[in-house]
Amino acid sequence: MVALAISWLKDADQALQTAKGQRKAALLDFSAAPQ
Amino acid sequence: MQFISSTFVPAKIHIKEQPQTFKRFGVQWTPTLLVMAPNGEEAHRIEGFLPVEDLLAQLELGLGKALLREEKIDEAEKHFRSVALSYAGTEAAPQALYWAGVAAYKGSNDPGKLKETYEALKKKFPSSEWARKAMVWAA
Repeated sequence: MVALAISWLKDADQALQTAKGQRKAALLDFSAAPQ
Repeated sequence: MQFISSTFVPAKIHIKEQPQTFKRFGVQWTPTLLVMAPNGEEAHRIEGFLPVEDLLAQLELGLGKALLREEKIDEAEKHFRSVALSYAGTEAAPQALYWAGVAAYKGSNDPGKLKETYEALKKKFPSSEWARKAMVWAA
């Protein structure tokens, strides 16, 4: 949905844990786009 | 999309690789974006494709709702007001103004804040559903 230049994690729990540690929001992008 | 990298911890979940994660978060269509507060709670859900301006507005709206989830009431109110101004041409704007009113009320316990918000919505976004939702605050 958004630009590919972003360094995306591939694990929701890892993102949530990292976000919790950094006191930031996590953004989970659920996609079916061709890889 | 520097905004996304600097603002969020982003993760991309592909349906072919992680269908169980789709099920866990109740995602039934793509694209779906979830803004998750730092405490792990879902703050905002964006379903379906959006043009860039609308997407940015929705992400900013989600950040405001994440702040509200964390009880950062004053910060949330300022953020919502900023979204309503900066993205006035998007559908996120009336929603942001509505939530600014909610935050103002939570921060003050003053029902007058809700009435003010209804008046502002009626004036700036009279045809929006958020103005209609706020009608109950008019009395």
